[in-house]
Amino acid sequence: MTAHFNYWIVFALMMTGLYMVVARGNLVKKIIGLNVFQTSVFLLFISMGKVIGGTAPIVVDGADAETVYSNPLPHVLILTAIVVGVATTALGLALVVRIREAYGSIEEDEIHRQDADRPVDGYPVDSQRDGGA
Amino acid sequence: MISLLLVTALSLLWLRDLFAAVMLAGLYSLLSASVFMDLDAVDVAFTEAAVGAGISTVLFLGTLALVGRDEKRCKRTQLLPLAVTLCCAGLLIYASGDMPAFGDPAAPVHQHVAPRYIQQSPLEVGPPNMVTSVLASYRGYDTLGETGVVFTAAVGVLLLLGRRRRRTSGGRDGD
Amino acid sequence: MEIRKRASMRENIVLRVASDYLIPPILVFALYVQWHGDFGPGGGFQAGVIFAAGIILYALIHGLERTQRAVPPGAVRFFIAFGWLLYIGVGVLGMLRGGNFLDYGVLAHDPLHGQHWGILAIELGVGITVASVMIAVFYAFAGRGRR
Repeated sequence: MTAHFNYWIVFALMMTGLYMVVARGNLVKKIIGLNVFQTSVFLLFISMGKVIGGTAPIVVDGADAETVYSNPLPHVLILTAIVVGVATTALGLALVVRIREAYGSIEEDEIHRQDADRPVDGYPVDSQRDGGA
Repeated sequence: MISLLLVTALSLLWLRDLFAAVMLAGLYSLLSASVFMDLDAVDVAFTEAAVGAGISTVLFLGTLALVGRDEKRCKRTQLLPLAVTLCCAGLLIYASGDMPAFGDPAAPVHQHVAPRYIQQSPLEVGPPNMVTSVLASYRGYDTLGETGVVFTAAVGVLLLLGRRRRRTSGGRDGD
Repeated sequence: MEIRKRASMRENIVLRVASDYLIPPILVFALYVQWHGDFGPGGGFQAGVIFAAGIILYALIHGLERTQRAVPPGAVRFFIAFGWLLYIGVGVLGMLRGGNFLDYGVLAHDPLHGQHWGILAIELGVGITVASVMIAVFYAFAGRGRR
């Protein structure tokens, strides 16, 4: 059990994030769920890179040939992934702001309802336009 | 420590006040940064704390100021998403039986290029920080692409939000 | 008719004094993290994010107009591209000196020094781009709610 405890917690976090993306209608909540999912994937990779008895992969003075280091390769991959994650979040939030300005709401069912009612030229119905944020 | 993360994530699920959810998401990032420190990933912990607990929270709060901070209660039944999620969790836990034990030095991930990076990096590249030498030299191409992704995201956000919002009397919002 | 000045956090003396003491060390720390990325944890990404966090803190306390006078949006947009072009430029420089794209060994008289200079240059490019991107995205979000 303890050999895989980290991984089971990671899977539980992944599924929580997935549930938030799928089952919640609010767009900002979906993006928060996406962030939870991404961070759990980072945990999975870093857990795989850890070596029991190892240390951080930085060579300090006094290190000799017997020092055991944790694997630096997953660290590099996750560094890239974190920055890509924040780029995706920024773009997603910009889209949410524009959706709010166009539809007046960020709840998924209201947006679908407005899309179902929309006139032929494709722009959302003006019923909720109030000009305010 | 890592169970605290699970508690935080589950409470994120139940919160309907988005401001509290964003603050809790920042806390979640900070907790995962400390878990990364525990797992010897100091560079990753630094980046996760700065990016996740810093910039992400600021962006979420900026969005909340523009869109409003309450989430509506969900009226649909959630059985299908719950069933799919539990099924996926079961499959993943079953598959994890094949994974090597946590921290095993003989795991396959430590066998191919990683020993070469660890041994050769002080001789071939120089910096004491092996993560920097792998990131910037051995895998420099990937870092080039990653900087390109950040650039593209900036272009996208500026295209969406960069122009001043015009107040129109009817019809489509100005872009 | 009196024009009401937009309220800002500058009037709160605790916030203003605390931030005036904190923002310069934050910016210096960002530079420290940038240049010491090869001796300890750090590097371009972390440094860029910390620098942007310092500028965002200034904007939160002193208002967006003052921040945009100090760090103009046009300059930020220029630096978004400049950092990435610096990275690509280091790669092309390697090609011009006879090696492959992004070959650092040919950049100096000795491969190890070439690696050192190459890593410093590309981390600088990455740091500039990341800092500018975060500041530009913050300007975009913060400037959206205004009439």
